[in-house]
Amino acid sequence: MMTLAAESLKGDPTFLKHVQRRNWVSLALTSLGWVLTVAALFPLFSVLLYVTIQGLPSLSLDFFTKLPAPVGEQGGMGNAVLGTLEMVSLASLFSVPIGILIATYLSELAAPQSKIAFVIRLGTDTLAGVPSIVVGVFAYALLVFTTKTFSALAGSGALAIIMLPLVIRTTEESLKLVPDSYRDGAYSLGANRFQAIFGVILPAARNGVITGALLAVSRAAGETAPLLFTALNNQYWNVELNQPMASLTVQLFTYAISPYEEKHAQAWAAALVLILFVLVFNVGVRFLLRSKF
Amino acid sequence: MTAPEPTPAVLTGMKGANDKPFAKLVQTLSFLVLVLLMAMTVVLFIDALPAIRTFGISFLVGSDWDPVNGGFGALPFIYGTVMSSLVAILLAAPTGIGVAIFITEGFLPPLLRQPVSIATEMLAAIPSVVYGLWGIFVLIPILRPFMKETANLLGVIPLLAGPTPGPSIFVTGVLLAVMILPTIIAISRDVLRAVPETLRLGSMALGATQWETIFSCILPAAAPGIMGSVILALGRALGETMAATMVIGNTPQIQASLFAPGYTLAAVLANEFAEAITDLHTSALIYAALVLLGVTLALNILAQWLVLVVSGPNSERGGR
Repeated sequence: MMTLAAESLKGDPTFLKHVQRRNWVSLALTSLGWVLTVAALFPLFSVLLYVTIQGLPSLSLDFFTKLPAPVGEQGGMGNAVLGTLEMVSLASLFSVPIGILIATYLSELAAPQSKIAFVIRLGTDTLAGVPSIVVGVFAYALLVFTTKTFSALAGSGALAIIMLPLVIRTTEESLKLVPDSYRDGAYSLGANRFQAIFGVILPAARNGVITGALLAVSRAAGETAPLLFTALNNQYWNVELNQPMASLTVQLFTYAISPYEEKHAQAWAAALVLILFVLVFNVGVRFLLRSKF
Repeated sequence: MTAPEPTPAVLTGMKGANDKPFAKLVQTLSFLVLVLLMAMTVVLFIDALPAIRTFGISFLVGSDWDPVNGGFGALPFIYGTVMSSLVAILLAAPTGIGVAIFITEGFLPPLLRQPVSIATEMLAAIPSVVYGLWGIFVLIPILRPFMKETANLLGVIPLLAGPTPGPSIFVTGVLLAVMILPTIIAISRDVLRAVPETLRLGSMALGATQWETIFSCILPAAAPGIMGSVILALGRALGETMAATMVIGNTPQIQASLFAPGYTLAAVLANEFAEAITDLHTSALIYAALVLLGVTLALNILAQWLVLVVSGPNSERGGR
């Protein structure tokens, strides 16, 4: 759909020049738009391509089952994979149920023009905008400084705070998509708000709610900054919550800035695992929920 | 609960269990979000107090960072943070707004519209540490010749002077630009979609070309929201940690050239916090975190207000 300036009124040469100039400007801007669009998408394909090419050779069973080894030996990142899974699961355990409840309040219980709900929405978006490293500092002050030890628990706490606003926003969006007739139906059958929400409205929005949770999980799995000085890192297998814990992202960072080739190869492999995880979640989510997320 | 909601639920008090406690509980729980924000500000402030007492405002203007001898001036970090974010915004804002216009104003063939939208959102899904890795091994080698040539040609301008070791404020800016693009695209896209169709049709009917319509009618109408998306993206760029840490060179000095290595507030937290030498060092780092928090909170609230102005309270937040 390219609308150019009209080329009627052919008689007047100055007018014709004017029309040509306007058409030329249109064409130039459209071309520029194409260039920008391609430029914007180039990094995505470059990242995916490099991570795949560089990461695939180092991705073996050892990667998932072995501990990091000294330079010169074939090690893996089994403990980091486990650590990431454990900390993200624990963070989800807190933030997903609480996030869903808060979204329920915003969408179902608060009055339509409620000032309280407005402020909480604003707070949610503001919390989403807090740099994750600052959340890490906060978790450090609360959970590391007081217990005098770096711990998986502190890492999970930081991740939970990062996930919370994401869960709230996406859940609220999907609750809004539930038609009012469902609500009316539930209430006219004599359900109270609790029954209507847990029996009808949340189940109807199930796909959206799961989507929100999965997107938050994939986001938390990719976080590095808040783990640097909460969960720190660990060279050994560890499932204890009061001990430092390795994670895929912190390990990736450590390896990426190390001077050794083989560590770089491991870093790329870790990046591939992360990207696969994130993309599977994100693409899977799109199939789960065919709306505009 | 302030006002009873206008649904038949009000009439059903006699059926089933009383759900007042449930509603109260959930409402109380909702305040958790605000409590977290306040707790964060208060806790950081309290922990930064020793440094605030010792250095006061001079922390923000001093440029000597020497944890061993207790000199803490954060200006090099503030400078690096601001400069790299500015480069990022200068690159990402025109690109992001252009792509958003392309998606919403029908320049892309219908077949491509959805894939391009999804691809830009995928940019937001890539973890920042992966961007950092890509930055070290792919982006720096790509940009190095460009920086070298520019420094050779235009080195007389202090901003573009050599040498060009690779890790630098400029590379960080480019990498941050890529990372904040999804935010600008997603929100600008929503804002542009919210512009009434009558504006487009009216302008076209008066004989304007599509681009004339965009520049004279649509962009002005959407301007506050687009501004909001740019400010939100700026907030993200300022607080971005891993990618910056990995490609900026982590050198606490202020140099005129964009091609020189630098340091950012977030990066110094990432590098020094776990191994802070003294209590004052820790406190100074928390002071830096507090500055970062204050600036991002202010930018965020401003951006949200701008987006609300244009698209009403139901606008969606894009890229993360």
